[in-house]
Amino acid sequence: MNQVIISAATEGETNPLVPNVWEMGVVLVGFAVLMFIVVKFIVPMFEKTFAERAEAIEGGIAKAEKAQAEASAALEEYKQQLTDARAEANRIREEARAEGAQILADLKEKAASESARITAQAHVQIESERQAAVVSLRSEVGTLATTLAGRIVGEALNDDERSARVVDRFLADLENQNAGAAK
Amino acid sequence: MHLPAILPWGVADGFSKQMLLVILSVVIIATFFLLAARKQQLVPGKLQFAGEMAYGFVRNSIAKDIIGGKDFMKYVPLLFSLFFFILVNNIYGAIPVIQLPSFSHVGGAYVLAGIVYVTWIAIGIKKNGLKYFKLATVPSGVPVYILPLIIPIEIISNFLVRPVTHSLRLFATMLAGHLIVMIAGSGIEFLIMQENILLKGTSLLVIAGAVAMYMLEALIMALQAYVFTLLTAIYIEGALHADSH
Repeated sequence: MNQVIISAATEGETNPLVPNVWEMGVVLVGFAVLMFIVVKFIVPMFEKTFAERAEAIEGGIAKAEKAQAEASAALEEYKQQLTDARAEANRIREEARAEGAQILADLKEKAASESARITAQAHVQIESERQAAVVSLRSEVGTLATTLAGRIVGEALNDDERSARVVDRFLADLENQNAGAAK
Repeated sequence: MHLPAILPWGVADGFSKQMLLVILSVVIIATFFLLAARKQQLVPGKLQFAGEMAYGFVRNSIAKDIIGGKDFMKYVPLLFSLFFFILVNNIYGAIPVIQLPSFSHVGGAYVLAGIVYVTWIAIGIKKNGLKYFKLATVPSGVPVYILPLIIPIEIISNFLVRPVTHSLRLFATMLAGHLIVMIAGSGIEFLIMQENILLKGTSLLVIAGAVAMYMLEALIMALQAYVFTLLTAIYIEGALHADSH
């Protein structure tokens, strides 16, 4: 170290601002070579990666956005379907209710008409039975009247007392007959 | 001031240590970035990530921020090469045994500043034609009677002083740092060799100072690479947009 300083001191005259031409040449050539390598290889390689990376990131973002849009579309569709299904269910329920009411009304009407029919039939039957009873009574009454008349006529209708007895007997017979029929 | 050459040994104008280091720097930079860029993947590994950080720093923080616009990509290779060429050659000064920043020899600084000087003038002429020299020396909006004063100042500051300061800033900081570390080293050696125990003890102070200076130098080495590249970007931007300045 001391020797270096001494040798520098003895050289003395060297001006540090005066360049060594050979050193300048080496720096010039070295820098030119470096520039060549940088321009030719290093910058293109890095720029390529940067561009690819930017593209990858942007592509990824686009893809994510697309997926998001698809998902929200699907959600929208499901919501729509759900609403539709609800409306459908409501409609069916309403229909069923209406149908049930209809059936009930039909049944009621049918029952009413049936009962009316049965009542009418009963009326008709009763009427016809009454008619039959009237007819048979009428003939019976006729017979009875004839019998009574015969009896009355058959007896000597010479005194009132006797005819009254006949009538009383007839009536008693009639009562007995009635009582026998009632038993 | 210059060390003797290593090949042939001891000859002043031979192949010097500085030349070897310059060539080595080209090999180091090219190897590192070619390795880092070789297997390019979208998700980078450690080496590729380091390479991309370094490249992205020059590309975005210097070229894009200063020059901007669409045409900054054209100048990225120059700025990138300048930054790492100067950085590696400066950092040599902080590495023990090598301990020689290449630009403590003024030749290299002249060459790089010269390349930048030619480049930005060429860009200015290409962009604005010969009118560029008028744009660069006659500021707009200045009263006519001041122009005789302003124009010479602009010519001197832009076209004469600028390349000189550009190169000497780099050279001087490197030489000064190199000298300080060398002087501190020699001083430590000298003081330790003293018989007097108190004088020997003072070497501890010098060691502490030398370490501090060493750290400062390391900082300045990186900083000067950045400053040189940043100024280059500013000069190019000025030449590109001379009409709006």
